[in-house]
Amino acid sequence: MAYNTFVLICGGTACESSKSDEMYKLLQKEIFDNNLKNEVQIVKTGCFGFCEQGPIIKILPSETFYVKVTPADIKEIVQEHLIKGRPVHRLEYKPSEDQGRVKIEDIEFYQKQFRIVLRNCGIIDPENINEYIAREGYVALEKAIFEMSPEDIINELKISGLRGRGGAGFPTWLKWNLTKQENADQKYVVCNADEGDPGAYMDRSTLEGDPHSVLEAMTICGKTIGANKGFIYIRAEYPLAITRLEIAINQAKELGLLGDNILGSEFSFDIEIRLGAGAFVCGEETALLRSIEGSRGMPTPRPPFPSVKGLWDKPTCINNVETWANIPVILTKGAEWFNKIGTDNSKGTKVFALTGKINNSGLIEVPMGTTLREIIYDIGGGIKDDKKFKAAQSGGPSGGVIPEQYLDTPIDYNNLVAIGSMMGSGGLIVMDEDDCIVDIVKFYLQFTVDESCGKCAPCRIGGKQLLSILEDISCGRGTEQSIKNLKDISIAMNNASLCGLGQTASNPVMSTLKYFEKEYREHIEQKKCSSGKCKSLMTFTIVADKCIGCTACARKCPVNAIIGTVKQVHIIDQSKCIKCGACVTACKFDAVIKG
Amino acid sequence: MSKLTLDDLRKLRGEKVQEYSRRNNEQDNSSIIIGMGTCGIAAGAKDTLNSFVEALDEHGLTNVKVKQTGCMGACNVEPTVEIIVPGMPTIVYGNVNKDIAKKIVLKHIIGKELLDDHIQDKPAMDIIDN
Amino acid sequence: MTEKMIKVKINGIEVEVPEGTSILDAAKQACIKIPTLCYHEDLLPTASCGLCIVKIKGMNKKVRACATNAEAGMEITTHDAELYNIRKIVLELILSNHPNECLTCQRNGKCELQTLAKEFGIREQNFAPQLKQKAIDSSTTSLILDRQKCISCGRCVQVCQDMQDVWALEFIGRGFDMNIAPAGDLQLNDSPCVKCGQCSAHCPVGAIVEKDEVDKVWDGLHDETKHAVVQFAPAVRVAFGEGFDYESGEIVTNKIYTLLRQLGFKAVFDTNFSADLTIMEEGAEFVDKFLNNPASLPLITSCCPSWVDYLEKYYPCMIENFSTAKSPQQMLSALAKTYYAEKNGLDPKDIFMVSVMPCTAKKYEISRDENMSASGIQDTDVVITTRELVRMTKSAGVIFDHLKEGKADSLLGEYSGAGTIFGVTGGVMEAAIRSAYYLITKEDLADVDIKPVRGLKGVKEAEIDIKGTKVRVAVAHGLSNVKKVMNKVKKAKENGEEIPWHFIEVMACPGGCIGGGGQPYGVTNTIRKKRTEGIYNDDKKSKARCSHHNPMVQKVYEEFLDHPNSHKAHELLHTSYTHRPVYLK
Repeated sequence: MAYNTFVLICGGTACESSKSDEMYKLLQKEIFDNNLKNEVQIVKTGCFGFCEQGPIIKILPSETFYVKVTPADIKEIVQEHLIKGRPVHRLEYKPSEDQGRVKIEDIEFYQKQFRIVLRNCGIIDPENINEYIAREGYVALEKAIFEMSPEDIINELKISGLRGRGGAGFPTWLKWNLTKQENADQKYVVCNADEGDPGAYMDRSTLEGDPHSVLEAMTICGKTIGANKGFIYIRAEYPLAITRLEIAINQAKELGLLGDNILGSEFSFDIEIRLGAGAFVCGEETALLRSIEGSRGMPTPRPPFPSVKGLWDKPTCINNVETWANIPVILTKGAEWFNKIGTDNSKGTKVFALTGKINNSGLIEVPMGTTLREIIYDIGGGIKDDKKFKAAQSGGPSGGVIPEQYLDTPIDYNNLVAIGSMMGSGGLIVMDEDDCIVDIVKFYLQFTVDESCGKCAPCRIGGKQLLSILEDISCGRGTEQSIKNLKDISIAMNNASLCGLGQTASNPVMSTLKYFEKEYREHIEQKKCSSGKCKSLMTFTIVADKCIGCTACARKCPVNAIIGTVKQVHIIDQSKCIKCGACVTACKFDAVIKG
Repeated sequence: MSKLTLDDLRKLRGEKVQEYSRRNNEQDNSSIIIGMGTCGIAAGAKDTLNSFVEALDEHGLTNVKVKQTGCMGACNVEPTVEIIVPGMPTIVYGNVNKDIAKKIVLKHIIGKELLDDHIQDKPAMDIIDN
Repeated sequence: MTEKMIKVKINGIEVEVPEGTSILDAAKQACIKIPTLCYHEDLLPTASCGLCIVKIKGMNKKVRACATNAEAGMEITTHDAELYNIRKIVLELILSNHPNECLTCQRNGKCELQTLAKEFGIREQNFAPQLKQKAIDSSTTSLILDRQKCISCGRCVQVCQDMQDVWALEFIGRGFDMNIAPAGDLQLNDSPCVKCGQCSAHCPVGAIVEKDEVDKVWDGLHDETKHAVVQFAPAVRVAFGEGFDYESGEIVTNKIYTLLRQLGFKAVFDTNFSADLTIMEEGAEFVDKFLNNPASLPLITSCCPSWVDYLEKYYPCMIENFSTAKSPQQMLSALAKTYYAEKNGLDPKDIFMVSVMPCTAKKYEISRDENMSASGIQDTDVVITTRELVRMTKSAGVIFDHLKEGKADSLLGEYSGAGTIFGVTGGVMEAAIRSAYYLITKEDLADVDIKPVRGLKGVKEAEIDIKGTKVRVAVAHGLSNVKKVMNKVKKAKENGEEIPWHFIEVMACPGGCIGGGGQPYGVTNTIRKKRTEGIYNDDKKSKARCSHHNPMVQKVYEEFLDHPNSHKAHELLHTSYTHRPVYLK
């Protein structure tokens, strides 16, 4: 007997950390106890993307979209909705308090999205290969082995216009072709799953929610370029993705979709998982390959490029997770179909991790060419608390800021570079008027300096110097020379660093200097931070005519920096003040101001 | 499970597509809406629901949505079922038991013909084109 | 087979170079020196400093000239305003990470970073100093590691791992705090370090230097109660002149004799003498084994203290194959405090023995074990390297190139050509063969030049025909070549097969001692070849070409030691070995 109801519960890491696994188990128990196990199927899926509202449970066919579910709600959902047919309204998604619930297809978060990479996330159980197969899984592999020649496949990729999604945007067909052209006794296929940009979790979600899409793509690549061994290099900090991949590999091997003589053909392909060990720099392709080889994860000069001399000096085709996830769809739906999506230089979609000061933060996938305004205001639901938009940062620590005047720029590889940023892997962080640009850039440099491998002087020393200057600026020690030094060091790092980490580490600096130099100067010349983030530049003072001497602030102060007795105007001793702001919160008369 | 040949894979896919298509509601264009208010349930709407689902499965129909709703008002003729098929008038059938459910699937949804003796409600004749 | 030639344009100048030439080398053809810092001819490019970046038409990223090959049709710009500006900023960054201590640094005047700062005309330092906080490691007898001065060029790591296969140094940590140290951040003395000093020979700055013990020498010279005597190694005589603008390979032996006397030494000996002695002892040892106990072969030379340390750590199973003969340095020191002391009525305790060596490991050898005090007290008191002697000479105000030619004290100072060739790879073997031939046949070789064991190839083999008997020999230099030889021997022994060679010479430093860790800076294969040529010239013009023809060697046996491998010879001139742990912690 077939199921009549499907309960899809998000099993991505974010929702798992909010107990979705516990809820999954509770659901199973409730369903069993109520004799519904033949009617109701509970499926743990990949990420739905609407992470701000997680944990998410979607019920079909009634199309109910429950958000922020807790384990305490499960019994009610089962009793009320599944048994009695009455959806639990308080748990259904509402765009705002005064609006009613909306149909899933009308949820504005999803309106402008177009899910290709995330096509199966939130729909299938990633731990069940049959579900992947049911949704056109491994059709592309069939074509690649039995119907298409390697040249055909490369041609399809060329027509599709797919560019590498790891950040650089190198044409995928060209990379495959260069590797294919090399004569060697051994070639390798590698998946770069060492996603390291802070705040980025596109690859993680793809691997957790739809691991087979990557396995199938890598196998297709092996057939195309003449390789029979693949490696997935994944950071050890993604244990759930690793587990899902292991299960997927085992299931694929059992069915003969991976391993020796795939689908009874002469073609064999095997995939091995290799774990990272906590180094962002190992996401750089040459450092990644050295790490797989067992050496210290430090980049090596290019040329020669991996397609010529890669893993163990053999031709290697290395692509990012998102690039891989696009491949099966291009072969099943056709390159022409893919080519129609996007702009003239950037085809297809891009997955972004939309975070920061935004109402609907989460994972989104939009066609290239979508504007930033659409992403922030339509999909993202606008800035939190109705604050004013300041800038969006794309490309993580390698990218730059996009200020207000470029909100209507269609997002694609070339446009972002033209305005001083880059696509990067897909992190998109929204900043508002309360964010300090100097502070944000300092945060990125802290990351880059921490993650620099240390091999080349421009990055190792230049990064440290940039950070030191930014720290000076944020503490009021900046001078005119600071800005000149920032620019000079950026030029050196950009031109003379050995790898992309160092070459792009100065992008946040250069980009913000271009659009927000005023904010830097404010810190340097006026020793002021308008957004209030740079603590050392803040002064807390008590306005005499508002203070009634209630002593509330003095009592709250953790370092006894406020002097005054009852009914007397209080004064803050600046030498003791640690700028925690507790006094501002304590004062009921708005007598303490921050400036 | 043993290793698949190309034909095995295609066969497996065919089986699974049907099984899991119910979750993909993008392609649905017909709907069966069953009244599952207390009166409906008391009258056996649950069995009706299961019967519909089985019948759809049997006939390999993957684009028909089966939904539940509250009481439609005609409590005396429960179980009531609303059938929406594009190109046909929207009909509410009454007293739909397990067997009628199967007939509706066969005649109305597949055959595109109305089951006149079970119609509870239908739009006025002057509104629709026959 | 002719190489394929390609044409490239460098700054508009067309040059033709063999395919596979790096842009750096191609530029030299156009008379252009692209600035480098981390690059070294001996090693694969690390490509870390970033100074050699150049522009290539059609490529939007700049590439490193040291690590990129020129390709046909390339149009390269090596120098323009933009590149100069970038390089200058990179240099300033490196300087900001380096202590501003040139005036008191051991590399003052001989530092590659200093030279670059001079050539770039750096006049101000715009970046605040950002220095690493790391303590100095002076745990070994021979080297001082100052990581604050380290510019992370990676040369020493490659040298220690790939060139020497010792693996005492590695990159530790990440990012700004990355520094060079043994694994586990141990002290050098607790690591596999064999003190060969090749790291210091390749270091562009003062991050790894030899322990400067010139002060101790002065103390000894100025101590009126002491009778200061000195010896110096074969390799010193063809490299010492480089400190005074002589060409590499120019023989300045006799001027050194004069210099040493001028510095105040009461007797000037020559390690070449005891090199001959070593051949007598080791030659006899070899012939005895070869004729009477071939199962105990191969015999392996043991005059290189880094090699001794390496074998004790990494190949202790081969200890029984080591020649028990001491190194020439130690033999001479033992004799100085016994034979020489006796002959001159001196109390051995008053003798202050200084040894000038091309080698940093010799500083370690002198206190290796109690065999090094065969005279009853430590035989060699201080070792200084060629570099230290150069500095000492200058601070003593001696105008070296004006000195007249002098003589050594003949008692422990006369040598044959066989003694002098100890300074090059293959030299010990060649010297040994010259005398072994005589020991076995009682005749001298018609041609004493044994060419197959000469040259810079990593492993050299030869088959010597000693009147019908075939003796197979192997010569390895640079410790990474050792495993090729040792593994073959081990395998043969395990399988019960005939050993591939009867006699094996190993020198830790590429080129042999002339390329030692304590020699003047800037060694390349060109310089190694020149110094080697000098040594063979010294051999050719020697009166006696074989150790057994050295009259002073004959004399010391007659008067003192009786015969090679005698009881007395064993007491004074032989040593033993022990298994040492690779890591002390």
